[in-house]
Order: sequence, then C-alpha cells, then structure tokens
Amino acid sequence: MPEPTPNVDGGDAPSDDPVSDGESSDSGVRIDMISGARMQGLTSMEKIRLILDGVRDGNIVILEEGLSPDEESKLIEVTMTEISPDDFTGIEIETYPKAEASDQSFLDKLMGRESAQKLTVIGPANRIETLHKDENLISTLVSRK
Amino acid sequence: MGLLTNLKDSISRVTDGLFAAEEPKRIGIYGPPNAGKTTLANRIARDWTGDAVGPESHIPHETRRARRKENVEIERNGRKVTIDIVDTPGVTTKVDYKEFLDHDMDKDDAVRRSREATEGVAEAMHWLREDVDGVIYVLDSTTDPFTQVNTMLIGIIESQDLPALILANKTDLPDSDVKQIANAFPQHETIPLSALEGENMDEVYTKIAEYFG
Ligand SMILES: Nc1nc2c(ncn2[C@@H]2O[C@H](COP(=O)(O)OP(=O)(O)OP(=O)(O)O)[C@@H](O)[C@H]2O)c(=O)[nH]1
Ligand SMILES: [Mg+2]
Repeated sequence: MPEPTPNVDGGDAPSDDPVSDGESSDSGVRIDMISGARMQGLTSMEKIRLILDGVRDGNIVILEEGLSPDEESKLIEVTMTEISPDDFTGIEIETYPKAEASDQSFLDKLMGRESAQKLTVIGPANRIETLHKDENLISTLVSRK
Repeated sequence: MGLLTNLKDSISRVTDGLFAAEEPKRIGIYGPPNAGKTTLANRIARDWTGDAVGPESHIPHETRRARRKENVEIERNGRKVTIDIVDTPGVTTKVDYKEFLDHDMDKDDAVRRSREATEGVAEAMHWLREDVDGVIYVLDSTTDPFTQVNTMLIGIIESQDLPALILANKTDLPDSDVKQIANAFPQHETIPLSALEGENMDEVYTKIAEYFG
C-alpha cells in the first residue's frame, strides 16, 4: 500500500514545491510570504506557477518584491486561462509601488534596470475583497472557504 | 458561428497583411471593461472608413475577441497616418459568470460569455507583449482610475516603451472627472472625450497622428 499523501486537498496541480505543499486547512486562512531571495532563483513561469498554485489552494500569497511588468502581464494571461465556472474565478492583486525616486537607485536607472521592489498581495478573487487602499494602507477582507 | 467567421476573417486578414507594401502601425485599444473602447473604435472606423468594428453594450465583457480594423487612414494637417485599430476585451484579473446572471442571461449563456471573455483577455495580454506598436488606453472618467488593473497595464505598456495615449472617456456625463485621471497618470498626456457623443474627437485624431504617425 502506498503511503497516504498528506496533500489531500491539493487539487490537480502536482505540488512538489515546499511552499505550496502541506495542509491548507478548512478552518483558517493560510498566508504564504515569499521572500525576494526565494523568487530570484525562479523563472517567470515558475514564479507564476508558485503564485497560482497557492492562490488556487485558497491561500493568500504575499511577495516581498513583486513581479516585473512582463511577469504581471503573464500572470494575468495565465490566470485567465485557468478560470473555470464554479471552481476558480481569478485573482485579486494589490501592490505597493515604492515611491519612484527612492525606489530606483542611481545605478539601476543608469543600467535601465527596473526595480521590481514592491510588496504584492495576491489572493483568490472569491475570497478576498479590498476594503480600502491608499499609499499607506491596504485593508483587505479575507473570507473563509 | 460567429467565432468561426471571426477566425476566418482574421486569418485572411493576416495573410492579406503579409503582402501589404508597408505595414501600418497596429494600435491596440486597451482599458478596463465598459470604458467605451468599442464605442471609440467604432467612431474612429466610421469617421475614416465608413463602417464599424463591433457591438457596444452596457454589459461588461461585450468584446470577447480582439477585433481589428485595418488600414484606417487618418488625415491631419495635410499628413496621412495609416493605422490598424485593434479593439480588445476589457482587461481584468477575475471573471465570475454569476455576475452576468443579473443581466437577464441564463447560466449556459453566462458561462459561455465568461469563457469567451477569459480567452479574449488572455489573447489581448499576449498581443500587448508581442504584437502592438502603440496603445490607446481608454478610461471611464466617471470611475476611479486608481485600480490595480490600470496601474499594472500602464506599467506593462511603459515597460515595453510603447507610445501610449490616455483617453478620459464619457465627458458628457455629469460625474466625469478628467483631472482625477490626469493625476493618476501624470507621466502621460490625458485627452478628454465623449466617444458616444463625438465630443473632442478632433483633438483625439490630432494626437493619434502625432503619437502613432
Ligand atoms: N455616456 C457615455 N456613455 C458611453 C461613452 N462611451 C461608451 N459609452 C457607453 O458605455 C458602455 C460600454 O461601452 P463599450 O464601448 O461597449 O465599452 P467597452 O470598453 O468596449 O467594453 P468591453 O468590450 O465590455 O470591455 C455602453 O453602454 C456605451 O454606450 C461616452 O462617451 N459617454
Ligand atoms: Mg468592447
């Protein structure tokens, strides 16, 4: 007999990733905070998979450093292809862009490096509702499953 | 079926394009659902070619496939600018078919509409990365422009170095607030207009010629 898999509610996505692994409980809201360092080693598609696997499990994903514009565009595209009636209605996403001037170092500007350093919160559209947002505060209501 | 005809149309248009002498710039009309993108695309097409691009509707996600109108020749101050306009589905990060049920639609129709919408948005995002030479970004000036979708899309457009014109639409409505849009995207020029009433179209055409010519 094979060992019972701990990832009982993992859905169809094979999650060998340590972050999206494990139990997401029915009684609470799970929040995954992903450091910039953790994201840095990943390709764009790996980042998007990591985010969407988490969100599709019902989790809130917080990225320390956010995504590049190109990755955001791909995230929207992939999200769209995964929406399906009564199962996944898409994502809610909020970011905090740091003020332009302080955000980009002189060197970054010189090298044309875009600084993607912005705190980003992503969750399932049917469970997360932004109550209020301004430069200093994002207030979010997360409902249980 | 409409979808098949569309597909055929666009295939033949793509092959036509291969043999055109000089490729006109392809200008994508982007923006959130219901902003008035199709109303604007139709007005531009009617003003300069005589026919329309597609149906307009108060129900969001009316446009679910990008539609192209080719070789639109706009004349401004003795200069002629030829563009292809691409009317795209309103960009969003979520689509719930249940929202369409309020618009007198049964479940099958609502599910179909949402599926088409998601495919269309995916396609429009792909186009924005690969196939567009300039962007007209349409906003409904009676609504809050500080949304995540607007911020992300403008960021994506900027990161691709595409020329972009921001249009503050629906200035005929009493709640219209053009300044709020100009404030939200100060790095871009904002042109007010009413695509429905045809207000300020002269300036819109002048700017199109200037930006995309
Ligand atoms: N008052 C007013 N209404 C407008 C104007 N432009 C568009 N509308 C209305 O806004 C609604 C949406 O217009 P569409 O042109 O279908 O909007 P869209 O951006 O193409 O929407 P999607 O295809 O769903 O993304 C329709 O009811 C239009 O008649 C305008 O300048 N003034
Ligand atoms: Mg439309």
